[in-house]
Amino acid sequence: MSIEDAVADTGCQDRQIRHERGQRAVFCGLTSIVWLHRKIQDAFFLVVGSRTCAHLIQSAAGVMIFAEPRFGTAIIEERDLAGLADLNEELDRVVNRLLERRPDIKMLFLVASCPSEVIKLDLDRAAQRLSADFAGRVGIFSYSGSGLDTTFTQGEDTCLAALVPVLPEAKREAARSLMVVGTLADVVEDQFARLFREIGLENVHFFPPRDSQHLPPVGENTHFLLAQPFLTETARTLQRRGARHIPAPFPLGEEGTTGWLRAAARTFGIPDERFEAVVAAPRDRARRALSAHKAKLEGKSIFFFPDSQLEVPLARFASRELDMKLAEVGTPYLHRQHLAAELDLLHKDLIIYEGQDVENQLDRCREARPDLTVCGLGLANPLEAEGLATKWSIELLFTPIQGYDQAGDLAELFARPLNRRARLEV
Amino acid sequence: MQLTVWTYEGPPHIGAMRVATAMTGVHYVLHAPQGDTYADLLFTMIERRDKRPPVTYTTFQARDLGTDTAELFQSALADAYERFKPQAMLVGSSCTAELIQDDPGGLADALHLPVPVIPLELPAYQKKENWGAAETFYRIVRTLASPRQGQERPKNERPLANLLGPTALGFRHRDDIIEITRLLESMGIGVNVVAPLGASPADIQRIPDADFNVVLYPEHALSAAQWLERAFKQPYTKTVPIGVNATRAFIAEVAQIAGVSADVPERTRLPWYSRSVDSTYLTGKRVFIFGDATHALAAARVASKELGFQVVGLGTYSREFAREIRAAAAEYGVEPLITDDYLEVEAAVRDSNPELVLGTQMERHIAKRLGIPCAVISAPVHVQDFPARYSPQMGFEGANVLFDTWVHPLMMGLEEHLLRMFREDFEFQEAPSHLGAAPQAAKEAPAPRELAVAAPAEVAPAHQAAETPATPSALVWLADAEAELRKIPFFVRGKAKRNTERYAAEKGISNITVETLYDAKAHFSR
Repeated sequence: MSIEDAVADTGCQDRQIRHERGQRAVFCGLTSIVWLHRKIQDAFFLVVGSRTCAHLIQSAAGVMIFAEPRFGTAIIEERDLAGLADLNEELDRVVNRLLERRPDIKMLFLVASCPSEVIKLDLDRAAQRLSADFAGRVGIFSYSGSGLDTTFTQGEDTCLAALVPVLPEAKREAARSLMVVGTLADVVEDQFARLFREIGLENVHFFPPRDSQHLPPVGENTHFLLAQPFLTETARTLQRRGARHIPAPFPLGEEGTTGWLRAAARTFGIPDERFEAVVAAPRDRARRALSAHKAKLEGKSIFFFPDSQLEVPLARFASRELDMKLAEVGTPYLHRQHLAAELDLLHKDLIIYEGQDVENQLDRCREARPDLTVCGLGLANPLEAEGLATKWSIELLFTPIQGYDQAGDLAELFARPLNRRARLEV
Repeated sequence: MQLTVWTYEGPPHIGAMRVATAMTGVHYVLHAPQGDTYADLLFTMIERRDKRPPVTYTTFQARDLGTDTAELFQSALADAYERFKPQAMLVGSSCTAELIQDDPGGLADALHLPVPVIPLELPAYQKKENWGAAETFYRIVRTLASPRQGQERPKNERPLANLLGPTALGFRHRDDIIEITRLLESMGIGVNVVAPLGASPADIQRIPDADFNVVLYPEHALSAAQWLERAFKQPYTKTVPIGVNATRAFIAEVAQIAGVSADVPERTRLPWYSRSVDSTYLTGKRVFIFGDATHALAAARVASKELGFQVVGLGTYSREFAREIRAAAAEYGVEPLITDDYLEVEAAVRDSNPELVLGTQMERHIAKRLGIPCAVISAPVHVQDFPARYSPQMGFEGANVLFDTWVHPLMMGLEEHLLRMFREDFEFQEAPSHLGAAPQAAKEAPAPRELAVAAPAEVAPAHQAAETPATPSALVWLADAEAELRKIPFFVRGKAKRNTERYAAEKGISNITVETLYDAKAHFSR
């Protein structure tokens, strides 16, 4: 299929971005339910879709250790395709039964899928209709996790964007506040909360919150930092409510974390000396944690298949903090503005691939024979069988990797496949 | 619209993928939106396959819907042919593409590819994975199988059989093939073709060369075998050789069809092990069975007749074979459970109060939560179901495997009992038990970060959970009775408690005394 070269203007430099179109070996946005439901602990995610959707989430979420997880699929069946009126009635019935059974649920997401979009089932209206029935008990929202609209992590973006309109209004006279946007592991969130406090930022909120009753306020005095690079829509809707984006690199590695925290500190007028004094110790800890892994990884080449949109910040981390060589960096989408600070830190000659044609990309990967390939689960074992070491990209979403005290863990994720290979003699 | 938490079967195109991936020289072009490629990981991670499934997805997105998805399908098909040069191609739609009605079969025709292109119509809103596998295999056989060309087979040649049904992601299909091939060889019968697993389109073409077909997995192969019987007068076997008795019956059936002797050495330890005195503790063990119909039916037979268990529950998610399960359930005097609702299965397991669960990976999780020993007997599969060692379910070696895998979880239960018995002794050192630590309620456990395919995070099984069921609020255990209850060995304590409470409730007794306990024991031992 087609590859067009394009020169994109990042604002600060000219960089070559190649766009590829072809088969995309990526998850759809439904997959982000796997971490979102862990984060918002009183929310239920109801996919309105097909058996395929149910099978996808089951396969991605994996072990079935929960009898009744806080996600499920309302599977559209043959008779539901007869008419939309009946289908809406069916949906109401399923939601009513679900919420009766699960009084612990305070927030319900109706998640659109490819089939529900194609048959034009209006879940926004369904959510409004059902909200009236459950007013005061359960907040009901809808967003799309469909593969037609969303790739993998974009499901978190559409989910959070759907919540922005109901965030409480921050009072005009309220003090300036910081909102950290994007799902972080609780342990990472707590670390950042401590650091912000020590730096002197009092008014800090995290979005999404851990439970639906603690939605952060938003208004013209809100400044937000993106903790994840895939939150295009969420950022836009927050800006529409008056909040201001703080441009920053992403908090991966010692350098990224420092840049991210510093951007917030400067926005709030914290003196540089105070900032540096607070972060000196954790920065040093992060550098020490990285050094052991760096010894094993420097000079090694790394190839990123497009997956989560974390690829560009990860590539920056791998090249600048671990001295790895970037063989190829692919990303499903490249948000040039949100990634501006990251792109500035990458070598000017690096070509970034946006989109995917998996067969062509595999050809390039085989040609490059990188020391480490970061790819999806469908590709990992076949590449291993061809003698290429791989790292499952999905683990980068499920593992806490942000912040100073996870910098070493992040490097270890890259080092582990190589370490394992070095040990094995079979 | 059906609310689903966990599913036993994927959509029908997953069944088609299981057939395509099992074969060689075949490529499947699936009209499907971005995201449906998740299915690759089932094969590469769960089964640890070293190649990607031979599937090209069109991965259309919203912007393509506005333009021409049909053209996208055609270019994906043409590219896939050019790149992979398969001997035959399969084309079809996933659930979303079915709604946009692009007609992959017709679009493929227009390309005039130089190889057979088999269109698959798999109604995603009606049917499921096993049906999809059966339909795909049937279509492939129907398109490619052709009468023997040229000379007749020599008269004195040994009889030949095809083994039909094994697929990718099958439960021990890999090893069953080896076991049944050996069994047939020992009867002087050759194997002509094994399909779909390992077969090429050329192999499918010569299926009619064999004298008869062995249907290993009716869920996948029955429709193809029925057609082959009609088209080529090839008889097929009706017995699935799981367990000693079924293997014997299978040998007799094959001997009759092929006109050979049924005198085959029985290399199995199951009959003697079952009669050995140490197995007396297996007598009447309450077993709950759930799986695909073939494995569930076989498990019920083996459990009751070959191990002396009591079948207390029998069910399947294979609606296509509901009739067979109903008949068998009647035989064992239990309610048949025909459902693909996981919560319904969990409730049935709990209500039937079993001492052993034989099920799928889903039931393994149920059993863990309830603290009941469990062995897996059927798909859907998990990475653990692809053991490094040879581990068939079929034939005489398969019977040996069944004995070990079903009995060992129970023996460990006995060990646990001994640990507790001696806990009061001063020599006793609190040893870590294989069954894990403290009981944990069946609610959500903290942050599971593992994937389906990685080592599973196990909730600490609650062995004691089954032991002390909650007492209905109207009933009170008096101190003496409670002390007496604690003297009863743990593995029957739960049953004693439940029976006593049931008895008390029936008799309108609200205070349970030692007398009540023994009255109940006498009542239920009739």
